[in-house]
Amino acid sequence: MINMPCVSPDGKPTQMGIAKLNALKSGPLTPKELADATGHPMFRVRSGLRELVSAGYVKQVDDKYELTPHGNELVQ
Amino acid sequence: MENNTDEIRLPLIGEKVPEFEAATIQGTLRLSDYEGSWLILFSHPADFTPVCTTEFIGFSEIYEELKKRNTELLGLSVDSVSSHIAWVRNVKEKMGVTIPFPIIADLNKEVSKKYGMIHPSQSKTETVRCVFIIDPESKLRTILYYPLTTGRNMQEILRIVDALQTTDKHKVATPANWKPGDPVVVPPPGTTEQAEERTKEGYDCKDWYLCFKKL
Repeated sequence: MINMPCVSPDGKPTQMGIAKLNALKSGPLTPKELADATGHPMFRVRSGLRELVSAGYVKQVDDKYELTPHGNELVQ
Repeated sequence: MENNTDEIRLPLIGEKVPEFEAATIQGTLRLSDYEGSWLILFSHPADFTPVCTTEFIGFSEIYEELKKRNTELLGLSVDSVSSHIAWVRNVKEKMGVTIPFPIIADLNKEVSKKYGMIHPSQSKTETVRCVFIIDPESKLRTILYYPLTTGRNMQEILRIVDALQTTDKHKVATPANWKPGDPVVVPPPGTTEQAEERTKEGYDCKDWYLCFKKL
């Protein structure tokens, strides 16, 4: 897609993406929990998570999202 | 006769609205991303046009009030993302107003057609001024259409959101020119027995079918 606020065209997370990845450092969160943790509105959390999953930084497990080893490496 | 295969389907009040995925100035968004919140999906004819600019300033001015009502804004026109970005930057630079909500770049008219936003007698290439108020279950609750030449009334849009949310919360209706704090209308009785009882239930009744109450 042409513009991805959470992931740059070069595949690296933007500041908004990093904020979500940082919030996931403490463990898996639902989109609502992630919205509460970051202060981002739900529609931006849902769209951002799609981008982060697609870029391989985050994976979905049941109704929660967690860092992949690649995402974890980036925010540690 | 011209064979027009691009069927324009207008979603109707009470129906679940069509899903879409679209490029916006805040990334790629889906209609379903808004589930759980109210959404005002609105179209404008074109970027860098005078009436649309006044409307975007107006929508920005009510944005915080809408957020208090768990309501998001999502604009749309058939312009590109680059055009939207340039226009938003121009509005900030020249008018001092930040546009805080996303705007769909519907270049292929995919969303416009799904929502019946193009009225060929007005313009074959631009969307008219539509407002779709969608509830947290993605059901269409209000449709407003304005012609290209008439800017929308933001206070009326805010008033409709208030009225819909009041109806949902209190199971009442709202009379003409209602505004928050005014008496509301008790739904009319459905049987002769209920009609008989209605005037004895303590409401401010003009007659059995027209009763008001304060919330």
